[in-house]
Amino acid sequence: MLDDEDRRILRQLQAEPTLTMPELAERARVTPARAARRVEKLEAAGVIRGREVVIDWAALGWRVHVSLRITVEKSAPRALDELIAAARKVPEVIEIQTFLGRVDLRLALVARDMAHYQALYRDRILTLPHIADIEALLTIATIRDADALPL
Amino acid sequence: MSAVLDEIDRRLLRLLREEAGQSAGALGRRVGLSQPATWRRIRRLEEAGVIRGRRLKLDPAALGFGVTVFLGVKIGLRGRVKLEDFERAVTAIPEVQLVEHVLGLYDYRLRVVARDLSDFERVLRRRIMTLPGIGDVEANVLLTEERRPGPL
Repeated sequence: MLDDEDRRILRQLQAEPTLTMPELAERARVTPARAARRVEKLEAAGVIRGREVVIDWAALGWRVHVSLRITVEKSAPRALDELIAAARKVPEVIEIQTFLGRVDLRLALVARDMAHYQALYRDRILTLPHIADIEALLTIATIRDADALPL
Repeated sequence: MSAVLDEIDRRLLRLLREEAGQSAGALGRRVGLSQPATWRRIRRLEEAGVIRGRRLKLDPAALGFGVTVFLGVKIGLRGRVKLEDFERAVTAIPEVQLVEHVLGLYDYRLRVVARDLSDFERVLRRRIMTLPGIGDVEANVLLTEERRPGPL
């Protein structure tokens, strides 16, 4: 179980993952040795899974971001698995999510521009197996992308 | 202008997406560069804005967050509601992790995290449905999620 000290450490680290141990300790109001021990414990327990860099795809020229919301053809028994396996082979697919709700599957797709998106959609997406219906949402602006938990 | 990457940059980015906590020395050994050369490359990727930042990967379930829901939101009463008011209010909700302004069937896509379904219902009723301009809302509960390497 986590106590308040763990939560303070996680809150600070979540807000700024590059903090050094002394900085983290000061902000979480614990000694550096204690902060290091706590972080180690949280990592060992799998609460902290690691750190990752966030890539700005637009800075690499992938300026068009589309959410493809897919309803899966339910007739084939392994339809969803086969669709996901095929979607993994499309390099421009950067996220694959499955849902309980009106939508079964969401693919996040990046493209260089609208012409490229159109080509990808026609050649790589519409050719995926077991798709019953697709709705596309084009991202105009990302207002918040914190991915932070309200600890 | 878009940043131009070579093969070593791509490998570095792939490795950093898996684990950004690795030292420049350890990364360098995996891509065949010295520690200072690796460090310079990472700096360059940061300065070019390719690396937007670093994120702590937490296990939401281990921290008591068992439910993630994506909401498609329509803004009602167009013209009378300022989108800025909606955006300001929605980004003030701690449970809302992602807010995207989109074009299509909905106006916004939200990612909402909650302890369980009844906690989600509380967030939906008290915080989401009371947002200025809120119209139709569609909810889909996240079952599985995987981040792909992308076109690197």
